[in-house]
Amino acid sequence: MSTATQGAQAQHQAALNAGRFQIQHCGACARHVYFPRELCPHCGATALQFVDPAGSGEVYATTSVRRKAEAGGDYNVCMVTLDEGVQLMGRVEGLAAADVRVGLRVKAVVQQIDGRGVVVFNAEVAA
Amino acid sequence: MTPAMKSLRGSAAIVGVATFGCGEAHGFTDMEILARAAHAAVADAGLTMRDIDGLCTASVLSTMWPLPVIEYLGLNPTFVDGTMLGGSSFIAHLMPAMLALQAGQCNAVLVCYGSTQRTSTTGGRGQVAAARRAMDPQPYETPYEPLQPLSAYALAASRHMAQYGTTRRHLAEVAVAARRWAQLNPEAFERGPLAIDDVLASRMVSDPLSVRDCCLVTDGAGAFVLVRGDRAKHLPQAPIHVLGTAAAAWHRQISSMPDLTVTAASQSGRLAFEMAGLQPKDVDVLELYDAFTINTLLFLEDLGFCTKGEAGPFVEGGAIGPGGRLPVNTNGGGLSCVHPGMYGIFALIEAVRQLRGQGGERQVAGARIALAHGNGGTLSSQATAILGVAETL
Repeated sequence: MSTATQGAQAQHQAALNAGRFQIQHCGACARHVYFPRELCPHCGATALQFVDPAGSGEVYATTSVRRKAEAGGDYNVCMVTLDEGVQLMGRVEGLAAADVRVGLRVKAVVQQIDGRGVVVFNAEVAA
Repeated sequence: MTPAMKSLRGSAAIVGVATFGCGEAHGFTDMEILARAAHAAVADAGLTMRDIDGLCTASVLSTMWPLPVIEYLGLNPTFVDGTMLGGSSFIAHLMPAMLALQAGQCNAVLVCYGSTQRTSTTGGRGQVAAARRAMDPQPYETPYEPLQPLSAYALAASRHMAQYGTTRRHLAEVAVAARRWAQLNPEAFERGPLAIDDVLASRMVSDPLSVRDCCLVTDGAGAFVLVRGDRAKHLPQAPIHVLGTAAAAWHRQISSMPDLTVTAASQSGRLAFEMAGLQPKDVDVLELYDAFTINTLLFLEDLGFCTKGEAGPFVEGGAIGPGGRLPVNTNGGGLSCVHPGMYGIFALIEAVRQLRGQGGERQVAGARIALAHGNGGTLSSQATAILGVAETL
């Protein structure tokens, strides 16, 4: 049982604000969890610990939200499956929104927006 | 499923239905059109408001909505259900209402809804969206600015296309079939011509969904009355029995949906069919919650009308439109008839009208068994009802 003095959401955000992306791992059922919670949604245990994911994953679904050019133009919204097995919403940076495809390999980075850390993704560069 | 659950098959019947203010209800409030629909449904049932001792209702704006409804209608219900699961709510209300009727907690349940989101002058949609963000935050999605709920359904459509080869043309078939049904329904809001190419050429909003893949934004109120089956025999309308019903909810946020190609309709549908002792092939007419074109494809698959991934080819060639092999969304659906924010009650009302033979030009000949399916949130909650005429008991 965690002895944290704040909730999982605040801990997660504080880490993001410090540039660090974390997910949770359940000590009871050994599954990863995202978004962060007080209880494991798989087994109900409170044995969730924050861990650093590898950060790599794959675009699971994607949409290009159409927006007028003067308002900033089209932007990507996607869902990414991390290699740890969890899914999250995000966006792929550095590509035109229309060029983000299901199956694209991506890597998580933390971007600071108005003083708050937000997880976004870059296309993974082949080694 | 327990014998007690199965014994509820047909135990309650819908004996009154009504809509009011569908399309534009200039000068009316949500409550006013709800009250008009409620009164008309109760009158359709051959009852008076004094006979109503059970209430189910929900609103996207008011957190304690049953209370103002009780106050406005002057009710003193012994059974109240204000469960809010989004657009599926009014179909999800069936099971608790049936249990309450069976237990004798009440004798006549009014299920009702009204929304003037299209013409309302009190606060814009932008204001409502801002209030919702503040009161009911989604910190793991909002930073990415999805257009909700639209982008959630767009993500699901993108996955279905990538995984199963579904195309925009398949989605367009759904929109065109709905419009062709709407053209036969004088109550439908959009009845103009619409071809596959019109849908494909329409303005893209959140790929792969264009404006013609999205439901209408209309006003509208709907209401129905549910009583025990034995009592239904003595009322003026042919009773439409609830043969099977179930609700299922798996998540709230689209990012928490484990597989975007499989909805909780696969659970609610299975349970509803099990309770009814029926199979998809027994269903004569379907009313599926089509907030977006992808919904119809997902629900055809999840409810067992075709195999997973095959709904695109299944709807080709006008197969679900008038004269097609399977009548789906015979009122024109949320895409072309009415969608005031929560559509589920209108799907159920159209199913009842079809089974009563009141479909006019759009009537499905000889319809005896209908399926109405509701969806809520971002593919989050699902509720299925299988209805039948008296001879299906």
